[in-house]
Amino acid sequence: MAETAAHHPAPRGPVDRLSDLLWRRQGLLVLLLILPPALWLGVIYLGSLFALLAQSFFSIDEFSGLINYEFTLRTYGELFRAANLDIILRTVLMAASVTIAAAVIGFPVAYYAARYARGRWKALFYLGVMLPLWSSYLVKVYSWKLILAKEGILSWLFETLHLTWLLEAYLSLPVVGGNSLSVSWTGTFLVFLYVWLPFMILPIQAALERVPPSMLEASGDLGARPGQTFRHVLLPLALPGIVAGSIFTFSLTLGDYIIPQIVGTSARMIGQAVYQFQGTAGNIPLAAAFAVVPIVIMGVYLYVARRMGAFDAL
Amino acid sequence: MKSILKSCTALCFSVGVAVTPVAAQMTEIGAGEGELNIVAWPGYIERGETMSEFDWVTGFEEATGCKVNVKTANTSDEMVALMNEGGFDLVTASGDASLRMIAGKRVQPINTDLIPSWNTIDDRLKQAPWHYVNDTHYGVPYMWGPNVLMYNTEVFGDNAPTSWNVVFEPMNLPDGQPNEGRVQAYDGPIHIADAALYLMTHKPELGIASPYELNQDQYNAALDLLRQQRTLVSRYWHDAFIQIDDFKNEGMAASGSWPFQVNLLQSDGAPIASVIPEEGATGWADTTMMHAEAENPNCAYMWMEHTLSSNLMSDLSVWFGANPAVPAACTDGRGMQTAEGCTKNGFDDFDRIRFWQTPVSKCDSQGECVPYYRWVSDYIGVIGGR
Repeated sequence: MAETAAHHPAPRGPVDRLSDLLWRRQGLLVLLLILPPALWLGVIYLGSLFALLAQSFFSIDEFSGLINYEFTLRTYGELFRAANLDIILRTVLMAASVTIAAAVIGFPVAYYAARYARGRWKALFYLGVMLPLWSSYLVKVYSWKLILAKEGILSWLFETLHLTWLLEAYLSLPVVGGNSLSVSWTGTFLVFLYVWLPFMILPIQAALERVPPSMLEASGDLGARPGQTFRHVLLPLALPGIVAGSIFTFSLTLGDYIIPQIVGTSARMIGQAVYQFQGTAGNIPLAAAFAVVPIVIMGVYLYVARRMGAFDAL
Repeated sequence: MKSILKSCTALCFSVGVAVTPVAAQMTEIGAGEGELNIVAWPGYIERGETMSEFDWVTGFEEATGCKVNVKTANTSDEMVALMNEGGFDLVTASGDASLRMIAGKRVQPINTDLIPSWNTIDDRLKQAPWHYVNDTHYGVPYMWGPNVLMYNTEVFGDNAPTSWNVVFEPMNLPDGQPNEGRVQAYDGPIHIADAALYLMTHKPELGIASPYELNQDQYNAALDLLRQQRTLVSRYWHDAFIQIDDFKNEGMAASGSWPFQVNLLQSDGAPIASVIPEEGATGWADTTMMHAEAENPNCAYMWMEHTLSSNLMSDLSVWFGANPAVPAACTDGRGMQTAEGCTKNGFDDFDRIRFWQTPVSKCDSQGECVPYYRWVSDYIGVIGGR
């Protein structure tokens, strides 16, 4: 087509003129290319999000239960009622402890994979980390329910090892204990940890692989003990990976509503509250206000992470 | 200008007149539209695909030419949401959804004259308050059943529980162990009504007339009882299969439950039985309701008649462990159900059952009641330990 136009400049179709126009005004081309993704992000993605958030500035009428479409901050005030504050606190604590535990467990695993695993072992490692991600989330959660049940595999193991007293002593503790592991916060914590761990390991591993081994050797050559090398060289260089992983584990735990429904004490977390207020109660304003909470928390989290220099290496 | 205004007024008026009859109930059934879209509970509309002997759709399709499409919903709230979206003709709504849909004008009045078998319906259900509002019928009764007290026979031995107190009050069960950590409760705000029902017997001074119509004091008393229950319950149940699993693997002793779980556990050989305690029980009663803008009203009316006159009621009550809205379906051999089967499903306990309704602020028994959305937020608080 272009060739034809070059040889016979006289007949110029609309395509040629369009082509010329785009050539002369390159900004227009960029605009045309960027418009669909921008529309997707702006209208469909963010637009729907803002449509939801806008609901949080409405309120529910105390008597009829109908939504009152007038601007008010009363719904946000309701978030500070004791029962709702409990939900937020509970969820944030859970997300924080899951994140810390995932980092503590994930780091050595990722370090081994990045530094020592080679060839077939590396493939096996990837498979081991990724495999849980391929199977259904619900199947995993339900199987954990069976593992943690009062008459489940774990109790059986403790019994076989004559350690039932240990399990019972642990379960008699306040807060983390309960009637059995599957109805305790410990159970919820373990399942969260299991399900989100790959999201922590993979970014840490990617970060560790970019740390040149020569730096660690240099640190050793200059007389640093292994602990010092870890604290002053390895950890700061791997921090972007840890922060990236923690963003995943933290935000995923903040929003999840299925795990605490199947394993745990039935006390609500934010995701469940949103689900229930929106679906069951028809209290969309309060559901929307609850949905804002994780966004605010993640905003603060990302700000602090940035201040700590976590994104400097990106 | 004036003439334009005039003709416009005339036009608008005529359009208004033409539209009005559509909004009111139908007066005659025409030819079928060839299609029918139903929102239903899982297992409610069977065409022999799950088990070949349970089929109450194929015959209807052959007789009327209406192809039945089913969209299943797992909760009352899903049903309300689907009906709000539109595109459906019928819904099998429980009492905690039906009033919401009537109030939201998502369902239309039913002309009972167009349903020849209307008179075969159980007299106790014909004008039930969850579908009969302002002297208007908004649906055809479908199925009903009780929320029974399920218990482990190994724990209770010969002393079957006679009261809901085993799940509300701290006590030792007949096997000598405390009930703490071994009882469950329903993970839905409607469970507040179970507490209120218990209080009707045990604290008559509160003057509760209906467990779904509570003033602030009565409501607070029910919440206090539920807070006490929270100390006994280690996990609330919301999914029938999780509860079944808990009775098998978590050593559960007693819980409010549905005949559905009881039947499944018993057929698995688990040491499980159920009872309707002396206080009575809450229960569910479902109604076939018709969307306000149903696209296939003729097929919808034919289906409503079909639910009453065919094998549907009888076979469904066997399949689901529920009771038919047509008493004759228990006995006349139109399907597999028998009189004994209906008795087992609680057919004779109708008067002891308080059927689910949506709590509303303007209630019949007293001026001002606590509405449902507060039930939701407060029950969340109770489960969270508040």
